[in-house]
Amino acid sequence: MAILTRADGTPDWRRRTPKADLLVWAGWFGAVALTVACFQFISDRTIWPFVWDAPAQGADLIGRMFPPRWSYASQLWKPLLDTINMATIGTALAIVIGVPLAFLAAHNTTPSRLVVRPVVLFIIVASRSINSLIWALILVIILGPGILAGIMAIALRSVGFIAKLLYEAIEEIDATQVEAVTATGASRPQVLGWAIVPQVMPAFAGISVFRWDINIREATVLGLVGAGGIGMQMQASINVLAWPQVTTIFVLILGTVLVSEWLSARVRHAVI
Amino acid sequence: MSATHFDAAAAARAWRPPPLIETPWLRYAVYLGALAYALVAFSTIEVNWTRAAEGVERAGRFLSGFFPPDFVTKGDDILAGLLESLTMTVVSTGIGIILSIPVALGASRNLAPLPVYLFCRGIIAISRTFQEIIIAIVFVAMVGFGPLAGTLTLAFATIGFMAKLIAEDIEDIQASQAEAVRATGSSWFQLLAWGVLPQVRPRLIGLSAYRLDINFRESAVLGLVGAGGIGDTLNTSFDRYEFDTAAAVLIVIIVIVLACEYASGYIRRQVQ
Repeated sequence: MAILTRADGTPDWRRRTPKADLLVWAGWFGAVALTVACFQFISDRTIWPFVWDAPAQGADLIGRMFPPRWSYASQLWKPLLDTINMATIGTALAIVIGVPLAFLAAHNTTPSRLVVRPVVLFIIVASRSINSLIWALILVIILGPGILAGIMAIALRSVGFIAKLLYEAIEEIDATQVEAVTATGASRPQVLGWAIVPQVMPAFAGISVFRWDINIREATVLGLVGAGGIGMQMQASINVLAWPQVTTIFVLILGTVLVSEWLSARVRHAVI
Repeated sequence: MSATHFDAAAAARAWRPPPLIETPWLRYAVYLGALAYALVAFSTIEVNWTRAAEGVERAGRFLSGFFPPDFVTKGDDILAGLLESLTMTVVSTGIGIILSIPVALGASRNLAPLPVYLFCRGIIAISRTFQEIIIAIVFVAMVGFGPLAGTLTLAFATIGFMAKLIAEDIEDIQASQAEAVRATGSSWFQLLAWGVLPQVRPRLIGLSAYRLDINFRESAVLGLVGAGGIGDTLNTSFDRYEFDTAAAVLIVIIVIVLACEYASGYIRRQVQ
């Protein structure tokens, strides 16, 4: 809280000095101006008559989507199971690769801060920056369409996520416990097993389940680029404009995601 | 060996940390279930091994096509896509945050009556369940191809994300401070401005910075379904087998994601 002094010498309580006031105002002005300029850019690239038509289009779309074609669901159980398997195996693979990376990346467990850590951090960032859909796009070209490309795409994207959150957890452990175990004359693997791993175990379980939950969501759309799962059925139905089938797929996805989210919340609640 | 003699070494060797799941039968049931699931899940993966073996060679050609990345030939397209992505990010984050605040207020049990609470939680659930890509498909069908569809998608996804996390923060505020403001006879809006906002402001700013970062990442894939942005450029270059341009786009995405991540991390450290 800044104080100004009035001409008669009494203190004048203000939240900010005039200069800070001006800065805040300029910041807001800049942010609004930037947003408006950006919107102008987007609006130049938009065919507005289509947008004015949107309510009619939306109503038309909803009209086509209902009623859902429930009989189509009988063809969807297999792709749905594929989707869940893709997410689960992909997450498991990501854990297998991501956990060693996390230990190599955390500054208190890494074998070499100068060489190994920067390399591993780069791997983590590269894995995290590329969306699983883009990974899938690349992998479908290499491995051919199918569930394998989806599993690999999920795994490659999740490695960075799991490794990042886990190495942050490892860096935040209580150093006194490590010291206590070291003081008993434990070797480095023993310190790892008895002082570090037990401390990060709850975080690890939470992170894995959290990522699994996200992966279920992501696996539902990987089929759009040919990487297996229910997304392929969705793509096929959209291509032939079979909107009642799309609605059925949406409902199934909604159900699956809600169940996985509930499960993940339960597990995280139990371990943390 | 006498019965009273305490063999410390043996005792230390015999001690085991308590298992994660206490009840033995439940523990083994979980292990067995996981094993059975893994077997079933792996058996459903149909791998065409000849195709995958070809894939190794194809991967070689594919990756060699990536090098050297070509920033120049399609430089204009990359720049246009990038500008589109950045403007989409700014506008959608702005709109999303503005819209998410009323939803967050409505979704806080300590501020809103039950019907409003349920309605706002419903909005959050719908927005969070579906992948951005799925929402983008619907918006593209409604407003046509182009960045506006992507902007609306990201804004919609931002509402769910921000509103959920801010609502949690609002539910966690110190009731005594809000009570004190209310006791001065303030109106509901004054209560928000002086009792609630100061308590959630750091998190609001931090989450906004984080969401800006996420929105850029997502804007890079929305192009796959025609919702504008740099993903459009990427998709086109894959479709035309211009892998050197695709590599350039991927590098641009990684660099910008890194820059966004550092910037948003810096902002979050400053306010929290």
